[in-house]
Amino acid sequence: MSIGHTLLGLLEAGPRHGYDLKRAFDEKFGHDRPLAYGQVYSTMSRLLKNGLVEVDGIEPGGGPERKRYAITDAGVTDVETWLSQPEKPEPYLQSTLYTKVVLALLTGRSAQDLLDGQRAEHLRLMRILTTRKRKGDLADQLVCDHALFHLEADLRWLELAAARLDQLAKEVRR
Amino acid sequence: MTHAPAGSLLAATGLHKAYGPTKALDGADFSVHPGEVVAVMGPSGSGKSTLLHCLAGIVPPDSGSVTYAGRELTAMSDAERSALRRTEFGFVFQFGQLVPELTCVENVALPLRLAGVRRKEAEHTALAWMEKLQVEDLAGQRPGEVSGGQGQRVAVARSLVTGPRVLFADEPTGALDSLNGELVMQLLTEAARSTNAAVVLVTHETRVAAWSDREIVVRDGRSRDMERAI
Repeated sequence: MSIGHTLLGLLEAGPRHGYDLKRAFDEKFGHDRPLAYGQVYSTMSRLLKNGLVEVDGIEPGGGPERKRYAITDAGVTDVETWLSQPEKPEPYLQSTLYTKVVLALLTGRSAQDLLDGQRAEHLRLMRILTTRKRKGDLADQLVCDHALFHLEADLRWLELAAARLDQLAKEVRR
Repeated sequence: MTHAPAGSLLAATGLHKAYGPTKALDGADFSVHPGEVVAVMGPSGSGKSTLLHCLAGIVPPDSGSVTYAGRELTAMSDAERSALRRTEFGFVFQFGQLVPELTCVENVALPLRLAGVRRKEAEHTALAWMEKLQVEDLAGQRPGEVSGGQGQRVAVARSLVTGPRVLFADEPTGALDSLNGELVMQLLTEAARSTNAAVVLVTHETRVAAWSDREIVVRDGRSRDMERAI
């Protein structure tokens, strides 16, 4: 995820201090990976240098510098461009799991056990996400659903692979 | 033959069942504890439905054991098994199978009415369950007048109205879109957990199975407990 664009997007609603920005980011997007303060300040100084934000005010007082940042017109344009560009879909062609299955078959180990173990691991995570979704708010539900649909796709592949193991075994040993 | 796990409410060990030359079950095991939701997964034709039918006492296995609360199902008479299904077990299928001539509340109250409960009392209990499944507003409507998702929630309310100790759910979200399927699973598992009922959930959808506590995969008539696959 582009931290710079996300922080810029959050600034569009109005000027904020670095600390507020971090808090807003963590609340909305950083459940599992909160931003480090250092990352916020280094990102803001880069945005400042590129003219995408400006300093709107500095609060006096001890501790770290309390700068208030505001987005510039160039910053708004930058956010708009970012949002309008489709993300490149993941090609998913480099699969560790596929490599493991082929190697298991080549070396005479149980590929079925490998697939079952992976399936159980996937479902374990899906259960955790489902519980989080059940207890969470709408934002939690959307984030978890996104992950759940991807895990489900993996599991479908695991099922298909399990059903084709005999055929695959013949081909890899050829 | 292995024994049923300690504390299990419903358990099967070494189940075999063949239909002519076709082996539907070939040594399947299963167990569920009170308050536990167990998903039964597996490819089409793997034996999932036969396993469910044996567990619910609908189909007798050729060999093997099914025990419910310590009692051997295969040793019971048809009448005893039938009474067990009416009083201790609840069922939800892919298509709600509601009676189209009855209103939704009459549908939910039906198992109680068949058990001899008076109409007023039966419908009072039915309404309480409909509230839990968030369909109390549909009480006076007929199944043809409600959506698929609503109908399925009415069916779940009906399956729980007698306070069963085991709920058998066979592809309960199979005919629903993602959003309605989610709601059915959320309310079904919450309702079952609130009464400490065990749930046997047959599904081919992993997102549905993720609402369970544990998963069994059936392949070629044999079961594998996925907890032990790691």
